[in-house]
Amino acid sequence: MSNATSHAAEGPGCAPIAFLPPRPDVLARRDEIMAALTELVSAGGVVRAPLALKPFETDAFVAYRQPPLAVVLPQTTAEVSAVLAYCHSARVPVVARGAGTSLSGGAIPQADAVVLGLSRMNRILEIDLENRTARVEAGVTNLSISEKVAAQGFFYAPDPSSQLACTIGGNIAMNSGGAHCLKYGVTTNNLLGVTLVLIDGTVVTLGGKHLDAGGYDLLGLVCGAEGQLGVVTEAVVRLIARPEGARPVLFGFDSSEEAGACVADIIAAGIIPVAIEFMDRPAIAICEAFAKAGYPLDVAALLIVEVEGAEAEMAAMLAEIVTIARRHGVRTVRESQSATEAALIWKGRKSAFGATGRIADYICMDGTVPLSQLPYVLKRTGEICAGFGLEVANVFHAGDGNMHPLILFNANDPAEAAKAEAAGNEILKLCVEAGGCLTGEHGVGLEKRDLMRFQYSEAELAQQMAVRAAFDPLWLLNPSKVFPLEGRPA
Amino acid sequence: MQTFFTPAQRADPALAESEAILRRCVHCGFCTATCPTYVTLGNELDSPRGRIYLIKDMLENDRPATAEVVTHLDRCLSCLACTTTCPSGVDYMHLIDHARMHVEKTYARPLPDRAIRALLARILPYPARFRLALSLARIGRPLAPLFERIAPLRPLAAMLRLAPKGRPAAAPSDVSAKPLASSAAGSKRAIPYGNSTPASLSAAGAEAAPPARRVAILRGCAQRVLDPGIDAAARRLLSRLGIALVDVPGEGCCGALVHHMGREEEALGFARRNVDLWTARIAAGGLDAILVTTSGCGTTLKDYGHMLKRDPAYAEKAARVSALARDITEYLAECDLPALPARGLTVAYHAACSLQHWQKVTLAPKRLLAAAGFSVREPAEGHLCCGSAGTYNILQPEISAALQARKVSNIEATRADLVCAGNIGCLTQIGAATSLPVVHTVELLDWAYGGPVPARLAASARFAAAE
Ligand SMILES: Cc1cc2nc3c(=O)[nH]c(=O)nc-3n(C[C@H](O)[C@H](O)[C@H](O)COP(=O)(O)OP(=O)(O)OC[C@H]3O[C@@H](n4cnc5c(N)ncnc54)[C@H](O)[C@@H]3O)c2cc1C
Ligand code: SF4
Ligand code: SF4
Repeated sequence: MSNATSHAAEGPGCAPIAFLPPRPDVLARRDEIMAALTELVSAGGVVRAPLALKPFETDAFVAYRQPPLAVVLPQTTAEVSAVLAYCHSARVPVVARGAGTSLSGGAIPQADAVVLGLSRMNRILEIDLENRTARVEAGVTNLSISEKVAAQGFFYAPDPSSQLACTIGGNIAMNSGGAHCLKYGVTTNNLLGVTLVLIDGTVVTLGGKHLDAGGYDLLGLVCGAEGQLGVVTEAVVRLIARPEGARPVLFGFDSSEEAGACVADIIAAGIIPVAIEFMDRPAIAICEAFAKAGYPLDVAALLIVEVEGAEAEMAAMLAEIVTIARRHGVRTVRESQSATEAALIWKGRKSAFGATGRIADYICMDGTVPLSQLPYVLKRTGEICAGFGLEVANVFHAGDGNMHPLILFNANDPAEAAKAEAAGNEILKLCVEAGGCLTGEHGVGLEKRDLMRFQYSEAELAQQMAVRAAFDPLWLLNPSKVFPLEGRPA
Repeated sequence: MQTFFTPAQRADPALAESEAILRRCVHCGFCTATCPTYVTLGNELDSPRGRIYLIKDMLENDRPATAEVVTHLDRCLSCLACTTTCPSGVDYMHLIDHARMHVEKTYARPLPDRAIRALLARILPYPARFRLALSLARIGRPLAPLFERIAPLRPLAAMLRLAPKGRPAAAPSDVSAKPLASSAAGSKRAIPYGNSTPASLSAAGAEAAPPARRVAILRGCAQRVLDPGIDAAARRLLSRLGIALVDVPGEGCCGALVHHMGREEEALGFARRNVDLWTARIAAGGLDAILVTTSGCGTTLKDYGHMLKRDPAYAEKAARVSALARDITEYLAECDLPALPARGLTVAYHAACSLQHWQKVTLAPKRLLAAAGFSVREPAEGHLCCGSAGTYNILQPEISAALQARKVSNIEATRADLVCAGNIGCLTQIGAATSLPVVHTVELLDWAYGGPVPARLAASARFAAAE
């Protein structure tokens, strides 16, 4: 029947990814937990009605769904601390949530968990241009930091395609990257400090406006920890001065392999443009239909290469890149002619996943491979999908070797959904076999959890779990994620 | 997204349409970032994605709406910022329309809420009643603080506060309709010099004009009462351009006000009546366009074709009317108005949601203003609604006030001399919270091209001098 609840926690078709079984004692105390939480946060901060909990049951990894026990939306670090201290003493699991744009299911709850949403903590606290830093609450969106300082000629560099919506807290948890990270580095390279609330409610600050402190690099550890070491409530990030000029250039090729080989050669030649993004034919068609950016439609693969700096600097780098591209039979080279055109080129690229929704459902993969393997992995990806009778669109951060095959399918056809998931697993294994890894920037979350053994040895996993346990010995923070369910410490 | 509808449900065309809309949503969350209520309240349930999810669950399970769900759906402004943002092309407008009808059918609102809605639905669309209500409101204004203290009566307080303080401005008297020189030849509607027609055309005069230059202006309801000067300005300007205006007697409210309350039959009633009148008018000799100076209404007119598409007697006629509906600035942009020298006045252009997000008319108003010699400034966060949203400022006074304050502070930060917009709702909402003069785009254009100083500017010596 059409009762959606019966589908909750149920993946598409065969071998669905399992959640940790909910603790019956927690479920039984639901009313008591709600009452306690209501005391701890300001008005409107607790969502309790079962129907109202459903919209929190998933993130952008929408194939998996599980409504939480409750949702709490604190407004201050003190409230977060009180909520965590309570959940710790009451032994209730907690899943932090930013904007819920995770593509690996990082923010998907579990039946016995309280979702701790940071969306009401969305203030920019301090802009310090002298020290080139911004201090923001965790629920501030990535793009709003850049918007805030744009007039002064600054920006926050990591730019996930979801930057309009995703939060700094989520970026830190996933160590997110983006098109312009080739030159500027990912989140961890642009993060200077955090305020972190530990599971027992203790508030600690790691780092600050200064560079590198003594002792262990705990900040580095928290960045990429997928909400399992604590809840970030504030962050200090680096601001960067806008370059004199910046220009995206479109390079069209007759085959994906040639475009892939061209990327490998650019990087091998020691040239680091700001961004090298890749789109294959299906992706070009999808993005052009949405953004009307003027992408060439008659090529099999497109690279968007952005150069920046002074005019002479841009021209010099571009000339070198064109020479390399010619060696790979580049068919069209087009420089953007205006700021408007440049903006459209990036709008199309950054909307690629969403725009895919116009033609099909998709799951988005996120493997990283050594650049020399790009052509091979692209070819095999196509073959794997074809083997399952599925279409694939590729649009990704090529300069980093961070691939995002979008496997297209029909979510209302369970058999096809199962095939899509199976194809996805094959592709991720391919990335590991090719000398790469399971995730470039979307995190392990729920999606890649059961593939972790494919990449790490037992000893390596045990070491990571020991670190996790040092912060959260009871495994209350986002416990269904990252580590395979079997083989965890008792 | 995966959906869970049964074959029986899919047989219902309205449900099938909503399912198709839901299937497009990939739950990426982009839309949350530009949604005024999410930005203000920070709760997924008050975001487009959250509402889509609530609606999905309600429709899939054919569940009567619950108080909780209604709370979050009611908070939606229907501003459609989400639709502008959505890369996947999710047609949120028709989904929330469907949901509102479902709410209206399955949910019994608490008595005060029901009473206020019924009151609004019986007054606002009818100019005579609205005029009377405004006079009463002026007398009743001192009661506002009292109503403020009683939660269910807060909408009444909001209503009293919104009523303009003075009498509605009378339309400025007609100044000479001196003909305008067109700047460029070869325009779509090149203007014959010296061939202008007077503002109020006799029926015979309008019939004499070729159909390519004959238009009707939607007379509407609320705007007519609140500020008749706007249409007067539009009429003067069009006349000076040699465009003939035909009157369509009997035409009334477009239906938007009740449509957004989910009162579908009433809305369709208004729509059918107007469609009939215009169809007769078209049959009687053709119309180049039906022009709208209230962009909120323009959106509804443009949607008549969709609203009536399942009514065989009206589908085709309604589609024809929708195809003719144009915002006044859309139409003027094709008239090749001559460029004028700078006037030394800066205008903060407020993009009404109905224009920028619904009708996607974004450049025309700014270009027209610039060509007319105004220096145009665009306030930050221009995508955010001002909180007016039809009856929203009455039904949701708290959120509306927060958005109003945010909008006004962004507008004032531009340090412009005045504010202009293309929708009476925005004008009233913004005007209530700023000391800057607030006028309609077409009033400024009329002024620049030979009309009188807009009434709201006339009071200030500074603008009179700028003339
Ligand atoms: C269309 C689309 C395009 C995308 N493009 C990119 C891209 O180019 N690059 C990229 O890297 N990612 C991309 N993503 C993935 C996603 O946007 C990022 O992972 C992002 O950082 C998630 O942020 P969020 O605020 O939505 O976090 P959520 O999805 O809400 O949460 C993600 C994880 O972070 C944890 N978390 C959230 N907030 C906190 C906090 N304050 N403290 C501790 N833990 C927290 C959650 O528990 C969860 O594990 C894309 C996603 C979409 C839908
Ligand atoms: S932006 Fe569009 S596809 Fe994405 S969640 Fe919103 S409505 Fe759905
Ligand atoms: S119409 Fe406006 S208020 Fe409603 S969900 Fe969309 S963006 Fe939010």
